[in-house]
Amino acid sequence: MRTSSGNAIGVNSGFDFLAALKEAGMAAGVALALSFTIIGMRTTGQQGGLGVEFRWNAVAIAVVLVFIGRFLLVLWRQRAKPLASADRDRMMDRVGAMVQHWSKYLGAALFAGAVAIPLIWSDNRYVVDVSTLVLTYIMLGWGLNIVVGLAGLLDLGYVAFYAVGAYSYALIALHFGWSFWICLPLAGILAASFGVLLGFPVLRLRGDYLAIVTLGFGEIIRIILLNWYSFTKGPDGLSGIPRPSFFGLEFTRSPDDGVTAFHEFFNIEYSSVHRVIFLYYIILALALLTNFFTLRIRKLPVGRAWEALREDEIACRSLGINPTNTKLTAFAIGAMFAGFAGSFFATRQGFISPESFNFGESAVILAIVVLGGMGSQVGVVLAAVVLIGGTELFRELALYRMLAFGILMVAIMVWRPRGLLAHREPTLLLGSATERTGGDR
Amino acid sequence: MNRPLLTVEHLTMRFGGLTAIDDVSFTARDREITAIIGPNGAGKTTVFNCMTGFYKPTVGRLTLDRGDRKFLLERLDDYQVAQRAHVGRTFQNIRLFPGMSVLENLIVAQHNRLMHASGFTVLGLFGFGGYVAAERAAIDKARYWLDRVNLTERADVNAGALPYGAQRRLEIARAMCTDPVLLCLDEPAAGLNPRESHELNELLRFVRDEHKIGLLLIEHDMSVVMGISDHIIVLDYGRKISDGSPAEVRSDPAVIRAYLGEDEDEAKSAGDRA
Ligand SMILES: Nc1ncnc2c1ncn2[C@@H]1O[C@H](COP(=O)(O)OP(=O)(O)OP(=O)(O)O)[C@@H](O)[C@H]1O
Ligand SMILES: [Mg+2]
Repeated sequence: MRTSSGNAIGVNSGFDFLAALKEAGMAAGVALALSFTIIGMRTTGQQGGLGVEFRWNAVAIAVVLVFIGRFLLVLWRQRAKPLASADRDRMMDRVGAMVQHWSKYLGAALFAGAVAIPLIWSDNRYVVDVSTLVLTYIMLGWGLNIVVGLAGLLDLGYVAFYAVGAYSYALIALHFGWSFWICLPLAGILAASFGVLLGFPVLRLRGDYLAIVTLGFGEIIRIILLNWYSFTKGPDGLSGIPRPSFFGLEFTRSPDDGVTAFHEFFNIEYSSVHRVIFLYYIILALALLTNFFTLRIRKLPVGRAWEALREDEIACRSLGINPTNTKLTAFAIGAMFAGFAGSFFATRQGFISPESFNFGESAVILAIVVLGGMGSQVGVVLAAVVLIGGTELFRELALYRMLAFGILMVAIMVWRPRGLLAHREPTLLLGSATERTGGDR
Repeated sequence: MNRPLLTVEHLTMRFGGLTAIDDVSFTARDREITAIIGPNGAGKTTVFNCMTGFYKPTVGRLTLDRGDRKFLLERLDDYQVAQRAHVGRTFQNIRLFPGMSVLENLIVAQHNRLMHASGFTVLGLFGFGGYVAAERAAIDKARYWLDRVNLTERADVNAGALPYGAQRRLEIARAMCTDPVLLCLDEPAAGLNPRESHELNELLRFVRDEHKIGLLLIEHDMSVVMGISDHIIVLDYGRKISDGSPAEVRSDPAVIRAYLGEDEDEAKSAGDRA
């Protein structure tokens, strides 16, 4: 228990009111300083210009709330046993290890669930749409996981490659009329080339510097898309992007001459939901491709070199690993998957504009990776479901979306700084060894 | 006498106004243990960093003669020194991959060979090529070194979870997995207890005699240095002040002065004890 500074009440009850009051007072002071301008003044449109409206009562409420909240928090902290963070960590590590242990079954269950969704809700377009969206983010999360989780390169401009993929598909399809299935790999290759192009000069930078440069790159791509009107149609965006076909079968009610429609071929009633379901399965396949690729490459030399680079770059150099090339492959492969996801996005929406590729998207994808647990494939799925699915479900509360987002981030960072399921299994085992590794060590 | 493996000529390294190494020349021979000793800040680690490409020397030439090929180390990038010239090294403050298992640490060290075997990932991705066999060979090599450093039991444990002495041994094993012709160890005995230190001596002798490579060793622990070195180089304030066999160096007045200040009597007895 905390020692109290001679306060009679404090000694008896184990509370130190004085200290709590002092801390609460300080917190209220900070709140006052912040809310003075942020809450206290509000610009209003008036005749002849901008006016300022003062809201001192709102400031007072905020300050009082902070004071009471802080006061209670401090008292509660004095009362509560200091949380044994080691115990808590160990518990979550055990959960992580368990998830990892059961990941085969968990993965199979998630896979079965993912396959079943459009069959169960085949008449509910909304569910399938949201699931498609979640899957898109899962794929992006898995792609970014290669860069951030495995190679440890903090990329804040991941959405740029998503944009490159989307615009590549849209432009090629609109200008040359090539099918989605040809454009998809092309878009991936283009995005990967952009990854190499960007990576070459910047990958010698470390940590924060890399983060800032990638952030800048993300913005540059968006601004180019916005301003190069003759090529990208700028803020108007590109519309009429062709939809993918099912082995040449179109998903339209009345197809052009010489083209067979999906419902005609299978002799079923036309329904707009067919295409939605088809798109869902495309993104499911793409996401699974990303997943299997990651799982496979983690066990190959290049994957181990990524992780080693994340752990200690200097040591890698001393072992003869070329750090630039190794990082470049991570960057390019991550970008490639973003490119795939981007072309999927373009073909699903049928319309793209630079607005879809702002920094917020990068932040969301990064949040998915970080919250899920860097390097954890299942963690990414959970985080994407919570973040994307959650915000879709509570759409009416869109106002509070960012607030909830922030609280969640802070909570995770305090509680599990390495992410929800940050448990790593070795990529190969000696087998003969008696002791097994574990996060609980 | 064995053939010179590493020849350092007129090595000078300046950091701004500070001259960390001042015109140092020496040779390290094949199949010998060469020790670099000297007080704190003498520039020992800096010599290693210049050799292994982490620093570009201000002046000087560093030649590695593998017999069939010569390499000018100062012209190579850090990773090329390990990749092409096959100079392996460890670090004064251990640099393992703490979040990876002990075995993985040793497999990563064989990256370049495995990378070729996996057809630069493309073939390995589909399980083509000799990758499976190459990986098995890499595991065998790792197992061999695990046995040598007594870590087989803990192969699947995270490297960061090992006790200090074991981490030192693992770092040496990892460097050996790169098939070096010259192994550079920066204070390998630091923080070891006497028993571990003795085992280290055995290990280093084993590496020299069985694997027939040269070793370059920075060490403070005189029992290690005097016990196993074939040749000792003494640095002080960036200058070489002595160079010779352990017996010669031990009785060199310049060394005694550098190590123990001006107090000659005490210095003498300390030198004898060592
Ligand atoms: N990157 C650097 N920048 C500036 N000065 C450096 C740098 N590296 C080393 N020095 C300086 O060079 C001198 C020699 O350092 P070095 O680390 O080589 O000593 P050392 O002999 O290895 O000492 P120790 O026994 O403590 O490990 C020191 O004065 C150090 O401060
Ligand atoms: Mg040193």
